Amino acid sequence: MQERVKKPQFDVVGTRPVRPDGVDKVTGRAKYGADLKMAGQLVGKVLRSPHAHARIKSIDVSKALALPGVKAIVTRDDFADQASEFVPAGEMLINYRDVVRNILAREKVLYEGHAIAAVAAISEKAAIAALDAIKVDYEVLPHVIDEIEAMKADAPLLQEDMITQGVTPAPTKASNVAKRVEFTLGDTAKGFAEADVIIEREFKTKAVHQGYIEPHACLASVSEDGSADLWTTTQGHWVKRAHCAKLLGWDVTKIRVTSSEIGGGFGGKTVIYLEPLALALSKKAHRPVKMVMSREEVFKSTGPTSGGTVRVKMGAKKDGRITAAEGEIILQAGAFQGSPVQPACMCAFANYDLENVKVIGFDVVSNRPKVAAYRAPGGPISTYGVESVVDELAEQLGIDPIDLRLKNAAKEGTKAAYGPKFGPVGLVECLEAAKESDHWKAPLGPNQGRGIAAGFWFNIGGETTVSLQLNEDGTLTLMAGTPDIGGLRASLCMMAAEELKVDVHKIRPIIADTSSLGYNFLTGGSRSAFSSGMATVEAARSIVKQACQRAAKLWEIPEEAVTWEDGEVRPAGENAGKHKPMTLSDIGKIAGKTGGAIVGYAAISAQGAAPSFGVHIADTEVDPGTGKVTVTRYTAIQDAGRAIHPSYVEGQFQGGAVQGIGWALNEEYIYGPDGKLQNAGFLDYRVPVASDLPMIDTIIVEVPNPRHPYGVRGIGETPIVPPMAAIGASVRRASGVRFFELPMSPPKVLKAMKAAGKA
Amino acid sequence: MRYEKPTTVEAATALLAGQGARVLAGGTDLLVQMRSRVLSPDVLVDIKGIDATRKITKDASGYTIGAAVTGAELKEHPTLSKDWPGLVEAANLIGSTQVQGRCSLGGNLCNGSPAADSVPGMIAAGAVATIAGPKGTRTLPVEDIMLAPRKLALTAGEFIVSFKIPARPAHGGDAYLRFIPRTEMDIAVVGCGVALALDAGGTCTAARVSLGAVAARPLLVEDGAKALIGTKVDDAALAKLEAAVRAACKPIDDKRGTVEFRIDVAGTLAKRTAKIALERARKV
Ligand SMILES: Cc1cc2nc3c(=O)[nH]c(=O)nc-3n(C[C@H](O)[C@H](O)[C@H](O)COP(=O)(O)OP(=O)(O)OC[C@H]3O[C@@H](n4cnc5c(N)ncnc54)[C@H](O)[C@@H]3O)c2cc1C
Repeated sequence: MQERVKKPQFDVVGTRPVRPDGVDKVTGRAKYGADLKMAGQLVGKVLRSPHAHARIKSIDVSKALALPGVKAIVTRDDFADQASEFVPAGEMLINYRDVVRNILAREKVLYEGHAIAAVAAISEKAAIAALDAIKVDYEVLPHVIDEIEAMKADAPLLQEDMITQGVTPAPTKASNVAKRVEFTLGDTAKGFAEADVIIEREFKTKAVHQGYIEPHACLASVSEDGSADLWTTTQGHWVKRAHCAKLLGWDVTKIRVTSSEIGGGFGGKTVIYLEPLALALSKKAHRPVKMVMSREEVFKSTGPTSGGTVRVKMGAKKDGRITAAEGEIILQAGAFQGSPVQPACMCAFANYDLENVKVIGFDVVSNRPKVAAYRAPGGPISTYGVESVVDELAEQLGIDPIDLRLKNAAKEGTKAAYGPKFGPVGLVECLEAAKESDHWKAPLGPNQGRGIAAGFWFNIGGETTVSLQLNEDGTLTLMAGTPDIGGLRASLCMMAAEELKVDVHKIRPIIADTSSLGYNFLTGGSRSAFSSGMATVEAARSIVKQACQRAAKLWEIPEEAVTWEDGEVRPAGENAGKHKPMTLSDIGKIAGKTGGAIVGYAAISAQGAAPSFGVHIADTEVDPGTGKVTVTRYTAIQDAGRAIHPSYVEGQFQGGAVQGIGWALNEEYIYGPDGKLQNAGFLDYRVPVASDLPMIDTIIVEVPNPRHPYGVRGIGETPIVPPMAAIGASVRRASGVRFFELPMSPPKVLKAMKAAGKA
Repeated sequence: MRYEKPTTVEAATALLAGQGARVLAGGTDLLVQMRSRVLSPDVLVDIKGIDATRKITKDASGYTIGAAVTGAELKEHPTLSKDWPGLVEAANLIGSTQVQGRCSLGGNLCNGSPAADSVPGMIAAGAVATIAGPKGTRTLPVEDIMLAPRKLALTAGEFIVSFKIPARPAHGGDAYLRFIPRTEMDIAVVGCGVALALDAGGTCTAARVSLGAVAARPLLVEDGAKALIGTKVDDAALAKLEAAVRAACKPIDDKRGTVEFRIDVAGTLAKRTAKIALERARKV
């Protein structure tokens, strides 16, 4: 049994104050990436490949440069080549050799939409004319889109020198398989021999895009002395600063990056695309350069997440005990290596306490845009396969799908196949909450079905810096460096207010630029409320300490004779003398006279991030005449550790669920035989619209993370992990047909129902 | 580029006869296409200054609806929705509230998309277009106007001034349904309009069945009408309708749906649409 921490009483944490960034967002005053303007700014635009795969024989920009209004053009020649070197960027690794080739193609274009040149001109019209005037001589090459095709021996090679890593002996021939990974625990052959039922299935998922509403945008201004300002919509401006400095060969300190408000990122705004181009153009043109992508560019040229093939084999005893599990996960990396196959493998069976596990993964390149992180990268893909098989096991064994999961659920002490032992985790609590929910017990109508699935995500901590200033009137200013995507500023202010016993609205938060604060790793890995929250608490406690010191000075008593209680600095006991207790506001007013400004500063590498488990229940109705699946009811249940601001926790649950529903039902990258993307827009890339969905119900489970001062776990990613399997299980019961391929779009559903005699 | 807003039909046809001229109604297709560099006309002829394109009139023979009347105005008309609910619903499916304030029947038809929502609604209702041109005015049934994607039976200088919709029969009803994978902001994968009339005993005396998005142009399915006429629109008649509609489909495989899927769904929709039209006919 795990120890449930007794819920302490909080004044602010767990309440729902209005968010500090809310008014500006709903009145349109908030400045997003494309909202910044500078006097004299030029329009930057990118020339992109019309081919899926071609060798670049030459690029001639002379005609374009000669056009009126054209101020600068950059191509591959403006960026030095980079050595192969993997560095962490969010939850994925990147390699500068590939990054420099992705921002501007060098030897070859590797996907339709691959950037080739960037121009800066005095107007959009002049910039477009310049793009039209650039002459690129291509040698078109055969292309490959599908990951299974790309693995074949005779497939067109994207990188002629790519030798599969993780295979011994190392292959002698190049291929499109960048890497093989493997995780094993116990002996699966033995486990399968003990099983009464074995199910083995193959699943297919399609590449899907993060679909953030705000396209990539930035504004760069490089001064004559080489120092640069960059405003950009990003999940991590320190990380982008490092990438730009590396690619341009500049000192990090020369580039000051400010993150704008961000209109969604979901992992996709951890990557650089436009920023180095805008900086290089600005330097050449001696003017600020603004670049904004179109939606078509976002779809064709920025990272979706992988599509893939997932093979799952699981065996269980009659009583439901899972005896062995095997998985093979093949993920598209896009044009350059680095799919999330590793986390996909690690997540695959993380929901369960298993003795015998084997997971193998392959990272495969093909002529698609390089994948980027997308909420729990890789997790949803492998979990879709595994949870679907668990559902089928429950069906075959005649065991309730919640009971089957309870019987095998990971809990404190469970050794995950990828290595670590779990601390206190909340999967059992989530499953129990599901079982007790009204939703699980509600009756269903005709053509309706109910499905359930569980999901897991690791979460991370990392480098974080926060500065908290006590102002002279007792109000506070909080500077954090992790961009606020889902209500972070509100949550940080609440943790500070809880510590300092001040009104939360007396704290004004900002996201500081890279020159105003120490290093911050990006907002990703569900780390920002956890890590910046931890740093905020440390900064707040430093303020308390300094407040006590100032009072001691004022009262002329030793520091140890001052205590902090109930939001006041007080003399500690009788011997300290009679002094009127002071609030933080009182201290702020005397700060100048007692030693100067009071600033709490925390520069940490946050440790102790804890995973979050979730369980989703989905009801769907399937129209037997059209194959259309409608979600009629949906509940997302998840262990938040502690919900600092419950509304934003619920918002994350709902947003992840909705993105997962889109992934399950309609979203997909559709390629033609020419290797070109056919649906690079929101008309034919179908994210769910508001009227498609019921209100997503939420249940917050709180099993506090013992390693965070308020018990916070990350919560932003887990909610996209269970939906596809939950919807799949629900459609199975509503239609009588089990599906093994996403999306479960109407043509596929109707065809399968007809074949099964159910339409 | 030049923008003109003539106030007479004659002035409009004269302008339209010129090089690179294009009609502008609500602009919800045209402006999008200009922005994405699909079209770049030299002269935009805004027809909204011509009175006849902007009004709805009603007399004993039916309605005359100006080609540039907006979707929102169709809905607001005091009697049109009662007489031809299917037609108005079809037009009201176009876009969002904002788009409804601009989009027109003329633009929906003349944009030349086989998936246009109001077109099967108009064809089922028996709409006839009044076309003005340099040589005068002529009429043409709506089903004869679109020939293929982006190809119309209009000649240089011609434009549609209005549509004539007949008076609703004594026991008449119409309906339009479309299939889209979502609930809104989407393009019809299949669209189906049905209008029918009953005698006092409930037997179908007249019917028109139209399909969108299942061929290179919107279709009038004569065999679908035949399946209903003379019947009580019972299950047997609906099964015949379904078969006739499926037989008439000549769709393509594309990112929005397969051939097989479009044919299947057309049959399903035709039955469902006919049932709604029947209910409506029985009520009046
Ligand atoms: C967000 C959005 C959603 C949409 N959703 C739908 C939808 O659900 N269903 C649907 O069917 N359509 C949809 N559309 C497309 C469009 O709104 C409709 O086709 C609309 O009816 C076009 O009418 P309009 O008056 O705006 O035409 P315009 O854009 O003004 O004109 C369209 C074309 O027809 C020509 N034209 C216009 N009027 C005449 C005339 N009287 N005589 C001759 N030629 C003429 C123009 O030259 C032009 O080529 C959508 C568009 C948008 C932007």
